[in-house]
Amino acid sequence: MSIWDKLFGGSNNRSSKQIAHDRLKVVLIHDRANVSPEVMNHIKNDIIEVISHYMDIDKNAMEIALENDADSVALVANIPVNNMRHDAGRRR
Amino acid sequence: MSEVIVITSGKGGVGKSTTTASLGVGLAMRGKKVALIDTDTGLRNLDILLGLERRIVYTLVDVAQKRVNYGQALVRHKKYSNLFLLPTSQVADKTAIEPEQMKQLVDTMRHEFDFILIDCPAGIEQGFQTAVIGADWAVVVTIPEVSAVRDADKIIGRLQAVNKDIKLIVNRIDPQMVKAGTMLDMTSIDDILSLPCIGQIPDDREVINASNQGIPIIEWNNTAAGRAYDDVVGRICGEDIPFKPFETEGFFARLKHVFGH
Repeated sequence: MSIWDKLFGGSNNRSSKQIAHDRLKVVLIHDRANVSPEVMNHIKNDIIEVISHYMDIDKNAMEIALENDADSVALVANIPVNNMRHDAGRRR
Repeated sequence: MSEVIVITSGKGGVGKSTTTASLGVGLAMRGKKVALIDTDTGLRNLDILLGLERRIVYTLVDVAQKRVNYGQALVRHKKYSNLFLLPTSQVADKTAIEPEQMKQLVDTMRHEFDFILIDCPAGIEQGFQTAVIGADWAVVVTIPEVSAVRDADKIIGRLQAVNKDIKLIVNRIDPQMVKAGTMLDMTSIDDILSLPCIGQIPDDREVINASNQGIPIIEWNNTAAGRAYDDVVGRICGEDIPFKPFETEGFFARLKHVFGH
């Protein structure tokens, strides 16, 4: 930190407070999600139900998982589609 | 109506017992009849923080195992006659008290006290279950460090799983570091944990000075931490007390720091 930064309390870089905030946000998503595979299973079943209105999917081959890189977490779903429903566009 | 509040944190050393002692004294100063229960069996400390360590005869373990009534184990505070400590054993371990025994005890004591504050041990094992089971709601104490905030989140998950309302106290905030952007502040911790905050306690050297003498810091109302705890007590009693900005050193004090080193 330069004398200028010390005097005026600033720095051009992201503050360590901001870094702590962002890191905690990400790690807590994982901590909370890791609590129960049960919750992941509920999510999976709900997704199957919704998608099945529009297409035939391979339920057994379907996978969902939380994946993360340095600063974000994503729910990644891999859902093999067997067929589209004819009435898919007319729903709702 | 009596209120039973458990003071917990997950991580050790963030100021649970210090907070319990100050909130207890603060409620007693407002005329409430208060019991403090130490559930950190084997590592008790609430007695020494209140200056009552030489007055213990019976403990929570004796009460839970029905050897004595809770009234025989209560230690009256020297200065505030409506404040009582139910100390725990320093030799037994956490398995000496079953959660169900604790719940029964708290439900019995409710009739006699306006407030019962339960000082919870660190961790998430049986001691935590025992401390939490009889409480109406929980205070989670944390400090602005990533490790403490993460552990607080874990405890919050456990508390929500048993349907406890939770309020947050952020302890040991260094106003200068917050100002410089090198420390998490109350707002960012609120955002991370998504909980209402009822206290932000500034880091204050006088806390150690006071506890050396068996005095909870809230008794020293000329200290920054003492005043902050008094605000928390007011909020627990339902008063609408706004959060005040911390006083920080001005430009010239910082100038002195820079060139003084």
